[in-house]
Amino acid sequence: MAKVLVKGNEAIAQAAINAGCQCYFGYPITPQSEIGEYMGAHLPELGRTFITAESELASINMVIGAGTTGTKAMTSSSSCGIALMQEAISAMCCAEVPGVIVSVMRGGPGLGNIAPAQGDYFQALKGGGNGDYKTVVLSPSTVQEAIDLTYRAFHLALKYRNPVMLLADGILGQMMEPAEFGEYPYDDPDVSTWALDGANNRPARNIVSLHMPEGAMEALTNRIFEKYEKIAQEETTFEGYKLEDAKLVLTAFGTVGRIAKAAVNKAREKGMKVGLFRPVTLFPFPEKQLQETAKNTDMILDLELNKGQMLLDVRSAVFGACPVEFFGRTAGGLLTPDMIMKKIEELYSKLGTKTEAGVN
Amino acid sequence: MNIKDMSIIISGFGGQGALFAGILLCHAAVVEGKHTTWFPAYGAEMRGGAVNCAVNISDDEIPSPVIDEADAVIALNDASQAKFEHKVKKGGFMIINSSLSHIPTTRKDINYIRIPFNDLAQKLTQPAFVNVMALGALIEKTGILKIESIIEVMKDMSKKVSAKKAALLPNNIESLHFGVSVMKNQPAAV
Amino acid sequence: METLVYKRPESLLKDGHFTFCPGCGHGVILRIIAELIDEYNLQKDTIAISSVGCSIFLEKFFNLDVAGASHGRSPCVATGIKRCKPDKFVFTYQGDGDAATIGFNETIHTACRGEHITTIMINNTNFGMTGGQASSTTLVGQVTTTTPKGRKAELTGYPLHAAEIVAKCEGTAYSARVAITTSKNIRQAKEAIRKAFETQIKGLGYGFVEVLAACPTNWHLTPVESIERIDDIIEKVHPLGVFKDVTALEKA
Repeated sequence: MAKVLVKGNEAIAQAAINAGCQCYFGYPITPQSEIGEYMGAHLPELGRTFITAESELASINMVIGAGTTGTKAMTSSSSCGIALMQEAISAMCCAEVPGVIVSVMRGGPGLGNIAPAQGDYFQALKGGGNGDYKTVVLSPSTVQEAIDLTYRAFHLALKYRNPVMLLADGILGQMMEPAEFGEYPYDDPDVSTWALDGANNRPARNIVSLHMPEGAMEALTNRIFEKYEKIAQEETTFEGYKLEDAKLVLTAFGTVGRIAKAAVNKAREKGMKVGLFRPVTLFPFPEKQLQETAKNTDMILDLELNKGQMLLDVRSAVFGACPVEFFGRTAGGLLTPDMIMKKIEELYSKLGTKTEAGVN
Repeated sequence: MNIKDMSIIISGFGGQGALFAGILLCHAAVVEGKHTTWFPAYGAEMRGGAVNCAVNISDDEIPSPVIDEADAVIALNDASQAKFEHKVKKGGFMIINSSLSHIPTTRKDINYIRIPFNDLAQKLTQPAFVNVMALGALIEKTGILKIESIIEVMKDMSKKVSAKKAALLPNNIESLHFGVSVMKNQPAAV
Repeated sequence: METLVYKRPESLLKDGHFTFCPGCGHGVILRIIAELIDEYNLQKDTIAISSVGCSIFLEKFFNLDVAGASHGRSPCVATGIKRCKPDKFVFTYQGDGDAATIGFNETIHTACRGEHITTIMINNTNFGMTGGQASSTTLVGQVTTTTPKGRKAELTGYPLHAAEIVAKCEGTAYSARVAITTSKNIRQAKEAIRKAFETQIKGLGYGFVEVLAACPTNWHLTPVESIERIDDIIEKVHPLGVFKDVTALEKA
């Protein structure tokens, strides 16, 4: 298949269609409205379902309905819209309902602005919904990866009966670059063992998130956390770039990951041993891999379009193995390769002088 | 000019087709098997204000779609000139639509090419397209892509749009060629 | 010769038993629903959507597939299910705190979209499960735990009339309000729910039945007094009636 020039949002939508997404439920919000527009233009003619819901509350709960039947379904939104979905995401994790949520981050907090940002790492990873739960979160940095991870999102959602979020930002949503769609590469599991389709020659089933008997909720949560452990064992992915001899390792996710890569190239041209560690799965976070990387480098510089959110996971993984610095901008301020380069030069000059290398 | 690798900012006011010119460039880059990225300033700015996009074209993978400094800037109006003059790389150039920009230039370390696109457009079959003329000028100046690639993209696009829009294909091609010839006849940059 | 006059519906679990307060209306309505599902032989093709409130424990009573929904979102979950499984029978079972208060936006939009689902809304004019707070359907003057001196219109406005508003939506095929205070109106309630089921089965649009039901515990009345309250007071504010019936229009 040839490469085509495609906008990030539209690539995600087409990839979802290729992945067999039967239903899209959404509510417009910049900078991701093209996803809904694309779905509205294409799903009905494929005989699939497209609904502009009355709110994000409604759209995510429609995804739940579809998910309880074992059908591939998706919603998409941005920051404040995703905020409205948190109750349902918690319920999906509890009731083990599959579904795909695309979050194209904009500036916040509040209504914020519509510029690209990464301020919703906590929202995606640390909840906003109630209780002990984890959403699988995938973080694309290129349009190609947005396609590949959309495929993976649908697969993981069904495989683990859990919501999966594709966490993108306004840059990736709005930018165009050449990418190849290919075919949906996964064999999906049989859903007939659990999906709701009427109690025909089998006992009635239920998919609910209220478990009142004493001990029931704790037992359920323990079982689901065993599942999360399995996800961590089997699904963790990251990109390492020029890490082998790196004295300074940049950590960044999503679009900032690729901007940081440009900075790594610039630094290498100047003879500085700089590498990049880019988590692709944010849950599961590549904790052990980052810990190993930290043991073999002098310093980590975490880069984000927020005030330091993934930073907490980076510090937790590094666990004192090397100092961790942070550089970020927020609410629409962009990081550019030159800005990162300046920070690299500032930090690189301090490396090797042990007195400066405090922990964190 | 290193034609393996180029970053371009195209800017104008809403309706001048700055974003579309960038999309044409990217499609043509794909035709030639090159890597490319297009990143627009989007949202509120799309309504009447300054509209711009950043385009990268390269033989190699392009890590950052975000541009610190561009090899070339096309400024289709005065606001764009003012906004992006400082974003031109040292030794780079800025194509200014002098029909709509009369403000003074401020840098000595870049080249300015002033072309009165709107005035020249009057000579062409109407409607003529200032954004496409500027694209022709850019390609003639840099050789980053082949003019035939742009025409191929235009022809391909005209098959996918309404008959009314498709009928404008000859006008687009005329504008493109005219942009090329204007640049050819341009005196050495000052 | 013996005649079978009572049989437990197949759609109710054999070992399930209602856990509602004495005099509560839920049990009667759940039984009516189970009887109708049996009558239409839909047990193998039904997915019920529970909601939040006393309406939540459907899986403990029904021998049916059940999906749980968050507060007010049952019509959305039902929409998702029905769009994926259009040949299945899908209904939501909600209270007034759910369908007419936190989820009324969802109720209205589901009606406007004309989803081929059915909603049975139990209206006991308060939030029963949480202890009897005022809901959107609470009568002016009604004493609840949040209106200890009675609901005052000048402070909290007027009761919401769900069945009438749903009837105004173009996608609604059937909307009615019924009561279950007498043998006669229990039969009428069953016929109304039957109609709402049939509009779904025939693909005519959204079906909505609001059932006035007693909540003796929170009303602080005996079951008999509660029934009298419905007949004498509540029906004057929330009148019984069929507010929309596209099948009647067809016949006419």
